[in-house]
Amino acid sequence: MKAGGRSPAREGVSEVAANGAREGHAAAWGTTTVVGAAVPRVDGWERVTGTAVYPLDLQLPGMLYAAVLRCPHAHARVQRIDTSRAEGMPGVRAVLTGASPGADVPWFPQRGKGPLSKLFDPHCRYAGEEVAAVAATTVFQAREALAAIAVEYEVLPFVAEMEQALLPGAPSIHEGGNRQNETLRYQRGDVAKGFSEADAVVELSFQTACEIHTPMEVHGSVARWEGDTLTVWDTTQGVFAVRDALASALGLPLANVRVICPYMGGGFGSKLGLNKHTVIAALLARATARPVKLFLSREETFLCVGNRPPTRLTIKAGAKKDGTLVALEMKALGTGGAYPYLPTSGYLVADLYTCPNVAVEQDNVFINAGPGRPFRAPGYPPCSWALEQTIDALAEKLGMDPVELRLKNVPVVSQQRGGVPYTSTGLADCLRRGAEAFSWQAARGRARGKGHLRRGVGVAAGMWGYDGEPRATAFVSLFADGSAILNTGASDIGTGTKTVLAQVVAEELGIAPESVRIEHADTGTTQYAPASGGSQTVVANAPAVRAAAQEVRRELLEMAAAELGRPQTELRLAGGAVVTPEGTVHPFGSLKALVARQPLVGVGRRHPHPEGKAALPFVAQFAEVEVNTRTGEVRVLRMLGAQDSGRVMNQLTFENQVFGGIVMGVGFALTEARVVDRQTGTVVNANWHDYKIPTMKDCPPELTCLPVDPQDRECNTVGAKGLGEPATIPTAAAIANAVYHAVGIRVTTTPASPVQMAALLERHRQEG
Amino acid sequence: MAKKNERDTKRCHGGVTRRGFLASVGASTVGAVVASRAAAAPAQQRESLEGMVPCTLKINGRHHSLLVEPRWSLLYVLREELGLTGTKQGCERGECGACTVLVDGVARYACLTLALEVQGHAVTTVEGLVVDGQLSAVQQAFVAEDAFQCGYCTPGQVMAAEALLRANPAPSDEEIREGMSGNLCRCGAYDHIVKAVRRAAAARRAGGAR
Repeated sequence: MKAGGRSPAREGVSEVAANGAREGHAAAWGTTTVVGAAVPRVDGWERVTGTAVYPLDLQLPGMLYAAVLRCPHAHARVQRIDTSRAEGMPGVRAVLTGASPGADVPWFPQRGKGPLSKLFDPHCRYAGEEVAAVAATTVFQAREALAAIAVEYEVLPFVAEMEQALLPGAPSIHEGGNRQNETLRYQRGDVAKGFSEADAVVELSFQTACEIHTPMEVHGSVARWEGDTLTVWDTTQGVFAVRDALASALGLPLANVRVICPYMGGGFGSKLGLNKHTVIAALLARATARPVKLFLSREETFLCVGNRPPTRLTIKAGAKKDGTLVALEMKALGTGGAYPYLPTSGYLVADLYTCPNVAVEQDNVFINAGPGRPFRAPGYPPCSWALEQTIDALAEKLGMDPVELRLKNVPVVSQQRGGVPYTSTGLADCLRRGAEAFSWQAARGRARGKGHLRRGVGVAAGMWGYDGEPRATAFVSLFADGSAILNTGASDIGTGTKTVLAQVVAEELGIAPESVRIEHADTGTTQYAPASGGSQTVVANAPAVRAAAQEVRRELLEMAAAELGRPQTELRLAGGAVVTPEGTVHPFGSLKALVARQPLVGVGRRHPHPEGKAALPFVAQFAEVEVNTRTGEVRVLRMLGAQDSGRVMNQLTFENQVFGGIVMGVGFALTEARVVDRQTGTVVNANWHDYKIPTMKDCPPELTCLPVDPQDRECNTVGAKGLGEPATIPTAAAIANAVYHAVGIRVTTTPASPVQMAALLERHRQEG
Repeated sequence: MAKKNERDTKRCHGGVTRRGFLASVGASTVGAVVASRAAAAPAQQRESLEGMVPCTLKINGRHHSLLVEPRWSLLYVLREELGLTGTKQGCERGECGACTVLVDGVARYACLTLALEVQGHAVTTVEGLVVDGQLSAVQQAFVAEDAFQCGYCTPGQVMAAEALLRANPAPSDEEIREGMSGNLCRCGAYDHIVKAVRRAAAARRAGGAR
């Protein structure tokens, strides 16, 4: 199955010692002092004072502003573009179309064939595709000039919904039809046999709405050329990913493209890769010989920079009387919009529970809509919405408690990777300890209320199936005054990466985290780090940073031992000093060799993943809701996230991630849906007024974060597993299960808005 | 959210009416003033000063005289003309609160406020909360409670909390949720924001904290 993205069983005997030590790499930590503490953000001051400079805040001397003209039609062909009037407007410095020099850039390259699209493709496949762009002295002038560009479109029939995509006579979005690829299949065992042996079988169909990332800082870039070297400040989660794609798009050597992003205002997956507007900014900057700033409007962020695509999922589950799962089947239909993107994932169906017989089928079609992109745990929340409600229904049919049914089927190996064991599996503990801390039994048994306000509780489990990229490099430099510089290419997208990595340096060198200055997320000056996505940032980078700090530590201890005439093993580092067993404190600055040779520089690289093991995070979340049967409103009263993400690197940022994941899940469950007008094929709620993301009043008033640390010493040398994504995977399903418990209605379609709930409640009343 | 704006608008007197502002644009004296101020205009070169009018703003206790287009929002002037980029641009249509500033101590969306409207009023931006390098009680509480993730909505959240606590020094949790509900946070740091506002309220009540 593609969703897993990994080859199955890896051959070979594990050479990893039980303590996680790898050749050339230290053993995992036992106890820690700085790592794990509630250390406030190292860049907190900058963030609360407004002095943190985000790419949107950047102003360079002589900088021009750009804006993009977008196709207003769901499906059209550009026949003619007349830019003459725009060219002559006040302040306009350049107008760019597909015919401009250097603008014939291929997009969505395909192996062995021509590209699927272009930077400015005359064939516009969704409302929002790029048609032309303008650079002008002010942003007002740029936007006014767009209105003066005359475009003749041949308006084409369109496909607004995925069910229409494969109907006979449906308009073709790409040559060869609207099927994105052959049906993707995963299978193990024999599901037909499994279902025939089951004592209880449940089959349910679900729909999830298209969800938009819409981070607080809009997408955009500032581009500046110096000769044949391009510098881009891009609001991105991955400076290296953007550099690679940008160099390729413009035919530049990697060394000549520098991408920088010191702060960024949220991404959630929509800022992982290169955007067309970044290339446009670079081309306009070259054409005008001036720096160019191109940021999208809020409306544009709803159209052309990704979404969590809509899905249709049918899940069938079968179990024995004792709750043993014997068969699971999922059929999925999804769309990545007008361009290739895998919208659904069957990972949870294949691996969340022990089950011998599993079949997953995924069909993906093209429609005339904005392209999908990874969105916090791509594919998983929809799959969880379907799977975890089906498991809930199965528990009811079996007369089992939903927690007990899940506990009965907790896996110890990754079945879809051919049975490789997990370095740790905290799922059972998440369920047990979570249920206890939530007072699950008591809450489940409590009266649901007799009036129009009904209460219920629900649970859902989850896991995240990506181990992260095992490639990262970091430099650590230590000065004799006890300050240090950490050089890493990692982006801190708000999860606290900088703070956690500073804690790692502090832990190893016996200095305060605030003594560590961080240079990061700059392809010109910092070391390679994978993009901050896929819950891999800490697990990829912290081991590399630790290795770099350990190199410095080794050298420092050697120096100190020689200078103080003591064996290294007797010395420890604390408070920016070398401390002897007697408690004599020798500040780093008193070491003559260090003063003469400073800074000490350590280079650290990420070690490979443990051979023959899977290192993945697990989660169980519990929700209590109140359903207003008069208005259809669902309020989430409290939620608990029991998270096995390995070691808690920082209590504050850990809890913050969990709560943030839950809030995002509340939006997925209750309020968020892109609305496409069937008459025009255009998005009609491309703003925060009509597209509802959770406000503070939607945030559950009682939130509990329960870290379940299985003391994993094998997953990597810091003992942490991913967190950002598992924190949001089961939230919506837990809420839906709580709604079912409250009012006996299975909400299969997101969002469970008052409109939908009122209709379901009315039908429920009529059906008695 | 809408309610909050209505209330804020009522409290901020002296904003120009549509008729008043058109009159000021058309006034014959404007041209002369524009010419005399042209050299002092801080922004980059402009092809034309046509339609620009003088505007005097009091921001964080400091007076700024500049030429503006009447359509320019306070947000645009703060960020693009004065370089005060602590006030964030999120939606430019009064939906997210990232641009929240104080006008005479009351929270206001800078993107829905014309620069000309706030002449004669005291504008406070997030840059104005730091005094002698010291964070305000609200800012300290936001750091201590980790009341943000990406931090982009944070200046607006801080200003909304500041306005809330000036109007209501001891808000209940319900009042905090109501008072802060006009500020979106896509990272979902709301729980920690509530804790931060609580902590800041306590610190301010205990005295000594600003």
